[in-house]
Amino acid sequence: MFKKILSVLMVVAMVACLFAACGGNEDAGKSDATTFQIGAIGPTTGDAAIYGQAVMNAAQLAVDEINAAGGINGVKLEFKAADDEHNAEKSVNAYNDLKDWGMQILLGTVTSTPCIAVVEEAYNDNMFMLTPSGSAVDCIRYDNAFRVCFSDPNQGIASADYIASQKLGTKVAVIYNSSDPYSSGIYEKFMAEAAVKGLNVVAQGAFTADTKTDFTVQLQQAKTAGADLLFLPIYYQEASLILAQADKMGYDPAVFGVDGMDGILTLENFDTKLAEDVMLLTPFAADAQDKLTQDFVNSYKAKYNEVPNQFAADAYDGIYIIKAAIEKSGATPDMSTEELCNALKGAMTQITVDGVTGLGMTWTADGEPNKAPKGMKIQNGAYVAM
Amino acid sequence: MKQGSRLSTMKKSTKANGITYLMLLVAFAVVQIFTATGSMTNLIKGLLVPACIYIIMAVSLNLTVGILGELSLGHAGFMCVGAFASSFFSVCMRDVITSEWVRFPIAIIIGGVVAALFGFVVGIPVLRLRGDYLAIVTLAFGEIVKNLMNVLYIGKDDSGFHFSLKSAADLGMEPDGKVIVKGALGITGTPRDSSFIVAFILVVITIFVVLNVINSRQGRAIMSIRDNRIAAESIGINITKYKLMAFVVSAFFAGIAGVLYSHNISTLTATTNNFGYNMSIMVLVYVVLGGIGNIRGSIIAAVILTVLPELLREFSDYRMLVYSLVLIFMMLFSSSPAMVNFREKLSLKTKRSKGKKAKEAV
Repeated sequence: MFKKILSVLMVVAMVACLFAACGGNEDAGKSDATTFQIGAIGPTTGDAAIYGQAVMNAAQLAVDEINAAGGINGVKLEFKAADDEHNAEKSVNAYNDLKDWGMQILLGTVTSTPCIAVVEEAYNDNMFMLTPSGSAVDCIRYDNAFRVCFSDPNQGIASADYIASQKLGTKVAVIYNSSDPYSSGIYEKFMAEAAVKGLNVVAQGAFTADTKTDFTVQLQQAKTAGADLLFLPIYYQEASLILAQADKMGYDPAVFGVDGMDGILTLENFDTKLAEDVMLLTPFAADAQDKLTQDFVNSYKAKYNEVPNQFAADAYDGIYIIKAAIEKSGATPDMSTEELCNALKGAMTQITVDGVTGLGMTWTADGEPNKAPKGMKIQNGAYVAM
Repeated sequence: MKQGSRLSTMKKSTKANGITYLMLLVAFAVVQIFTATGSMTNLIKGLLVPACIYIIMAVSLNLTVGILGELSLGHAGFMCVGAFASSFFSVCMRDVITSEWVRFPIAIIIGGVVAALFGFVVGIPVLRLRGDYLAIVTLAFGEIVKNLMNVLYIGKDDSGFHFSLKSAADLGMEPDGKVIVKGALGITGTPRDSSFIVAFILVVITIFVVLNVINSRQGRAIMSIRDNRIAAESIGINITKYKLMAFVVSAFFAGIAGVLYSHNISTLTATTNNFGYNMSIMVLVYVVLGGIGNIRGSIIAAVILTVLPELLREFSDYRMLVYSLVLIFMMLFSSSPAMVNFREKLSLKTKRSKGKKAKEAV
């Protein structure tokens, strides 16, 4: 009996320790703060880690730059990244953990599904949130949330418009990832807009996360239908396999991608010759010659020893957008999270930001950015504006 | 002394169950005290409901793995079914039944019953298999459910519900129709009805039912199948019936865990991490770590393994490494021969001292 009682007591002690160990610190984003505390959530481990790491690296870079230049109106920034493993449940946990740390502004989350879960929490707390790359429509369904990237429907519509207006192909085939919200979101709007614009879509091939290595069936289907343009609203990892497999089949259509295609040139063990003449609609190109992009790419390369992708660019812009909004609203770090959110919300629709993902970006109250997508073409292993 | 002697004459299982309930009660009281004094962090507050969800998952899986003795790798599949069924109901009925005290219980029952139904349908053919084969088929079941949810589109307009397995455009809805289940995008906008109180009540119900099943006539029949199938059959136990009973009860509670899950976060998608085999294995880890067939162990393991990775956030990217090390040490602690020896010695000592005390009392 003694042992049983002991075990119960130990459980009690354990539970108490669990709760007590991380107790305290209830002053989440309250008064005496002297810095702006910016939290970021994204997958830094797991399958989607490449996106989360890029975002965290670039955001840290931007924060360091701003702090080195004296902060925002003399106020320094503090930055903390939290991992969500691309899992909605963990993302909410990460959000709560950042709140315990004292987060006042949220840069995140990086991926769409977790973002939809977190926006609900942020809305309840009235915390200002800016997602660098959460592109699903519902990511910013509340008025406290804004985004840096294009939304999925926007990309689908813009792609269809671009293909139709530039007359890039007469018969279009689409291969998309039906298990990925990003890809299927673009696909759906693309199809709707294609019907409006009179694009002739002759083949639609879907794959899922479990079948993302062999695309011969979908390619054969497109080839048989005589498609001369292949639209790939997918990420570059799968796109690289598609290009290689199409090459093996002796099938050489024009290829059109979206912003997920960015990164294909830096993929390891990928023959960049295969990507020759691939067109993509992306707001960011690491090879662009303007000073802003060059500075960003160079300092990113110097710090992390790799070429930044579009996620990094979105996050880098994200921090500067927050800076612009803070400057515009005259917010101070001693404001409560709620006051800060209301101030930034108002400022977001008034600011104009020149960033690496677009010049003269503005926002509407529903959180969507206004910026022009750039049409790019890969020539001799580098992006060239179309 | 009188009480002590009553305790020692009490049935062993009753005593063990009493400790389990006592443990739950204490945990509940501790949480309530910390909430009332406001000394609980947001992180822990956010983890209360998930901890309850995984307790339910672990306890219900323990019924299949520990009591029935069949290895099931598709437990997350039942959770997925329960989550989607109840979430679908709640989103549809959000405007019709505005009181969450009416809507949520109905959602819980729907989630549980639909999962149990799947358990029944799957169980009939599957429970004819044994050992590895059962594991393989349940694994496949979990994956099938996950993939099915990823291509399922359901919309609702004035003329009723529309189904499609292709895309939202194929639903053929009127313009004012609303797509409720959006394939890979899943269901968004589930009302947030899960609360710690409801989750805790469901944990207690789950444990109550499972413990009572174990200690009942049916439970003994189920365990006899586990221990010796041929002997059980020879004394006239209906193997299929009892196997199916355990399997369906287990699926029912997994469905309920799914309901809590889907009503705790506003977005519901079926991915490998939350409803795929990763989750099934995770729950199996809770069961194995807590001790196969040991309900109290499952509860403790589920709580520790849910909370631990979050508390390790300080280690940032190394937390997965730390987490796995902790897992290994826990496994060693619970089952390495040296540790088992040590614990036996400890329990012998307490037994002996108890015996001495009993003698003194006489």
